[in-house]
Amino acid sequence: MPEAQIRKKLIAVEEIFHEGGPIATVPLRRGAALTVIRNPYAGSYVQDILGFMDDLKPLGLEMARALVAALGGDPKVIQGYGKGAIVGAAGELEHGALWHAPGGYGMREVLGDAKAIVASTKKVGGPGSRLDVPITHINASYVRSHFDSMEVGITDAPRADEIVLALVMSTGPRIHARSGGLQASEIKGIDGLR
Amino acid sequence: MKPSIRKIATFVEETHTEMGRTITPPTRRAAAVAVIENPFAGKYVEDLTGLMLIGEELGELLTQRAVAALGIDPTTAESYGKATAVGENGELEHAAAILHPKLGAPVRKVLGKGAALIPSSKKRGGLGVVLDIPLGHKDAAFVRSHFDGMEVRISDAPPRQRNHGRRCRHRQRTPVTLA
Repeated sequence: MPEAQIRKKLIAVEEIFHEGGPIATVPLRRGAALTVIRNPYAGSYVQDILGFMDDLKPLGLEMARALVAALGGDPKVIQGYGKGAIVGAAGELEHGALWHAPGGYGMREVLGDAKAIVASTKKVGGPGSRLDVPITHINASYVRSHFDSMEVGITDAPRADEIVLALVMSTGPRIHARSGGLQASEIKGIDGLR
Repeated sequence: MKPSIRKIATFVEETHTEMGRTITPPTRRAAAVAVIENPFAGKYVEDLTGLMLIGEELGELLTQRAVAALGIDPTTAESYGKATAVGENGELEHAAAILHPKLGAPVRKVLGKGAALIPSSKKRGGLGVVLDIPLGHKDAAFVRSHFDGMEVRISDAPPRQRNHGRRCRHRQRTPVTLA
């Protein structure tokens, strides 16, 4: 199958200074890279779809690079990540699942040896659908201060025969994190969990 | 009066194809959005000069942010627009005070030119309210090809009020630029 056909890209970056509490000396930044592609399987049931997963790998890498660039260019400042997909109405949820490997691969490639699983979510929806993409620490999934999320979406996508692919990254814990649990400073860094 | 900024967001959209036709180079649109405290939330204030000064400062800051997000020479931006959403405890006139008296001059200073009016919209709304920002050519308001719009929203803004109902925020968005 040929490479993904891209209609549109969106980069969104949030810089958060406070949320009613003390103003952060270093603001938290959260960013999302979204790409709208044509769904090659829209409109019918296709049994063998695995090939498209490999086709998406270059796009995953390109989006991860673009997102790090939008967040300042230094992969070392990235502390949290997540990914997601919105499949247009003529597709099935399983088509969104094809993003798991290439999305995760792209971010790990750019961030070095990130150990934790990349949190993810997906759904089938119409143009303007919003997706709350979960974010967790890149090296230890249980770091509570870094449990976060970012809402993403594109007004005119996905059309029925499209998929919106999303990667998100964050540069730190929630802006006023104080809910206890495992701290980033306590990461053992062995299993990707703690 | 200086703006108390809670959050700044930037968005960059790149359109590569439309109805199967390739767009070369891709059209790019950007929005820079600031969420600020509304110093006049929850009360009627006759003199809105403070908000006008805030508009002046944000005009420069957000134009710079939008240009930086696009990674372009500011003079190559082709069109612009501006809008404000005021939180529930503010009044529409607060948006007008930010947008209209002083915001435009620093925008034009950053972009180099800007003979045309900056098209605008405003509304009052709750968290996640959607703003459709009108776009027009920056040097000639009647260029029909550049009549456009860009939808923006921030899921957690603008709040109704904070701290005993005396504060709330509105968001300010400016130059959406076409490269």
